[in-house]
Amino acid sequence: MTDMSYFLPLIWAGLLGLAVVLYVVLDGFDLGLGILFPITPAEQDRDVMMNTVAPFWDGNETWLVFGGGGLFVTFPLAYAIIMPAFYLPIIIMLLALVFRGVAFEFRWVSKPNHRFWDIAFAWGSIIATFMQGIILGGFILGISVKDNAFAGGSFDWLAPFPIFTGLALVVGYALLACTWLLIKTEGELAKRSRERAKILLVVVLIAMAVVSFWTPLVSERIAERWLTWPNILYLSPVPLLSTIVAVQCWRSLNSKQELAPFLYATALFLLGFLGLAISTMPYMVPPTLTFWQAAAPPSSQGFMLVGTLILLPAVLAYTVFTYWTFRGKVRPGEGYH
Amino acid sequence: MDPETLFLARAQFAFTVAVHIIFPSFTIGLAAFIATLLVRWRLTGREHLYRLARFWTKIFAVSFAMGVVSGIVLSYQIGTNWSQFSVVVGNVLGPLLGYEVLTAFFLEATFLGIMLFGWNRVSPNLHVASAILVAIGTSMSAFWILAANSWMHTPAGHEMINGIAHPVDWWAIIFNPSFPYRFAHMFTACYLTTSIVILAVGARYMIAGRFEEEAKTMLRMGIGMVAILAPLQLVIGDQHGLNTLEYQPAKVAAMEAHWDGSKPADLILFALPDEEAEKNHYELSIPYGASLILTHHWDGLFKGLKDFSREDRPPVWPVFFAFRIMVGIGMVLIGLGLLGAALWATGRLFASRWYLWPAQHVWPLGFIAILAGWWVTETGRQPWIAHGILRTADAASPVAYGAVLTTLILFVLVYTSVFSMGAFYINRLIETGPSKRILEAETDKAMPSRPLSGGTAAAREATDKHVNTTREGADD
Ligand code: HDD
Ligand code: HEM
Ligand code: HEM
Repeated sequence: MTDMSYFLPLIWAGLLGLAVVLYVVLDGFDLGLGILFPITPAEQDRDVMMNTVAPFWDGNETWLVFGGGGLFVTFPLAYAIIMPAFYLPIIIMLLALVFRGVAFEFRWVSKPNHRFWDIAFAWGSIIATFMQGIILGGFILGISVKDNAFAGGSFDWLAPFPIFTGLALVVGYALLACTWLLIKTEGELAKRSRERAKILLVVVLIAMAVVSFWTPLVSERIAERWLTWPNILYLSPVPLLSTIVAVQCWRSLNSKQELAPFLYATALFLLGFLGLAISTMPYMVPPTLTFWQAAAPPSSQGFMLVGTLILLPAVLAYTVFTYWTFRGKVRPGEGYH
Repeated sequence: MDPETLFLARAQFAFTVAVHIIFPSFTIGLAAFIATLLVRWRLTGREHLYRLARFWTKIFAVSFAMGVVSGIVLSYQIGTNWSQFSVVVGNVLGPLLGYEVLTAFFLEATFLGIMLFGWNRVSPNLHVASAILVAIGTSMSAFWILAANSWMHTPAGHEMINGIAHPVDWWAIIFNPSFPYRFAHMFTACYLTTSIVILAVGARYMIAGRFEEEAKTMLRMGIGMVAILAPLQLVIGDQHGLNTLEYQPAKVAAMEAHWDGSKPADLILFALPDEEAEKNHYELSIPYGASLILTHHWDGLFKGLKDFSREDRPPVWPVFFAFRIMVGIGMVLIGLGLLGAALWATGRLFASRWYLWPAQHVWPLGFIAILAGWWVTETGRQPWIAHGILRTADAASPVAYGAVLTTLILFVLVYTSVFSMGAFYINRLIETGPSKRILEAETDKAMPSRPLSGGTAAAREATDKHVNTTREGADD
């Protein structure tokens, strides 16, 4: 094994991980707003909520394209197995994203008859999130592979564990959205979001605990990784840090801070992701294909890496620039629309 | 995979990609049109240009959203429907799509935010720059995706190792033999399509006697573009065809319904090709015409369908008819553009109801020609998914029949309902026009932390006054 074909897949696994994290954090609060719609009936509040992300949603969703596209680019074999394995959840997610994506524009141009697009935005967001959670859970469970191709059935993912992770993600994104609203709104809406964030934080913590205890039960491979000596020692910082972050998040919610709750909630997501990454490494398609087995040849990964190293910082820079351009609170009746 | 499931997977992909392409065809040109309007407005300070830009930006936003959501579906469908395709050619095509995301999608998606919502938030120059960046982003997107698609037609720069394509020369992969032609042809098609829509909307207002100043600008810009691009498209298309003859002769034979390669070919205007009997019925043709176009000799020879074994021939009907629809529309557009230009040059354009009245209904022509063109290209590539490398039948995912059928039905239901709503809203926006109502809906909600920009305030003032529309010809 040459150096290149050893390191490139590792680097790419890391970059894809970064893409997933950015997606979950950025599109997470954005989908979360839709999840909050059913419990936010006032039209004015809904207008404000949508306006807080209107200039960003498309950029946020592009990380999904980068994640999916990135997998295709750098691990085509994994892509070719994972996509058919989650055929139905992926397509349902995409259709749900169709509804919620167009709702951003359609809701405004159809006013005052926008009820349908309110519903489309809410359910599109909820279903898309739920499916993402299902895919995550199914991924942890593992994918059945024979001769480098998916060999399972259409409904392999339909099991209690993935359904639970699906629901957990819905609650998680709702939490991110509430903390986002603390930054971008004021008055009654912000106050309500703070109360909701507290409740959601508790639910999220319970869900994380359940997932942590359930995972080793559904996956022997992960059980072995987590519960053997000395791994258990190396891994202990993750739950420990999570606890600290959770406590900090709770305190920041109680102390009228605006930015901190969002950052802590994000950190909580990152830790959850870290736990998952540690558990599945070095598998790209658990439990059969490793990073190296699924990787595209160095010529492809290298060609893509050069461009990525130059372009990704630029993308991040102008992403930050737009967030900065539209900084500050969004007030009722004065969105960007 | 069994043939029924394969058929459904193909139908599903063909449906979703065909719906998707409708939006880029429009947004690629429209982004450039809006950027042009804004630049002209900055240079001349003429407020109706600003009003037009704002008006079209609303329509752009709605179309773009539909383009984005239907495109995201596609990028995943390559994996869900064609997983073997990903395995075999992923090493080569993957990075091209990856570069599309990095150079195009992020750029357009991010600056779209500023373009749509930054009217009062950033300086006018930065706003114009954002519009230009969005236009550049959409063009780069076309560049990369067409490089990928062209490689599937004329693969180059790779080597096959154990049945899997490995990249050798990226330059040769990107600039594969059919890419320059396909890119030029498609890019022109997008601008042409948008120009026709703008021309039609201008004609519509002109006939209705509304927004005359705006209508005149739209008519002039639309007609100018069509008059230049439609004839150009004929030339590019002709060159494209010659290139195809060299690399995919079976496709050209199907386009021309040319069976017997040992004889010169007639240019068939109409016929009913018969794939069983390997001949045409009811043929109406210009003798030696096709030979003349394709070989530049009246008695030149090129391969006929019989030169290929049956399993290597594309389906003839769809390729043959779609090709005639596209070229037919191309001819209509040339007429439309040149006639309009002649009327304009002689100063009769705005009074020629006989021209304007039909012109307001031509807006779908570009879309139809583009769909027909893709139909020719893609169906003509069959039975290959990547020419000479992988057959479509071997490319499909191991997915169950029921799953593909269910999702196909869902796609048809969701797309037809959602996107026809979109078309309805766009039509309603056009109905309302670049009026005070549309502009006020936005400007009144300016961000409080910033003062109104000069342009917005001026635009509002301008819309308040009755616009003097008698200065014909002052514009352009
Ligand atoms: C000629 C141009 C062209 C062609 C042939 C295609 N597209 Fe497209 N696509 C665009 C031009 C475009 C565009 C102009 O960049 C978008 C942005 C918004 C729009 O309306 O079209 C777009 C949007 C768009 C998006 C959303 C990007 C975002 O998040 O902003 C994705 C993922 C794709 N496309 C993927 C595809 C795939 C997988 C295709 C082929 C099978 C495809 N497109 C054909
Ligand atoms: C955007 C304009 C496009 C349109 C309207 C279009 C249209 C079509 C149609 C009608 C088919 C079905 C052909 C058949 O099965 O008989 C098809 C197939 C296909 N096209 Fe395209 N296409 C477009 C662009 C692309 C691009 C840019 C790519 C890839 C980079 C692509 C990849 C494919 C694939 C993978 C198939 C499925 C396999 C096949 O049937 O050959 N297409 N397309
Ligand atoms: C005026 C005469 C025209 C000629 C001679 C012509 C020629 C061609 C040819 C030969 C192809 C097949 C390329 C292949 O081998 O795959 C093609 C494809 C296509 N045409 Fe045309 N065309 C004409 C007009 C138009 C017009 C007016 C439009 C749209 C506004 C258009 C849009 C397309 C598109 C989108 C494709 C598929 C993409 C590609 O392969 O370039 N064409 N055209």
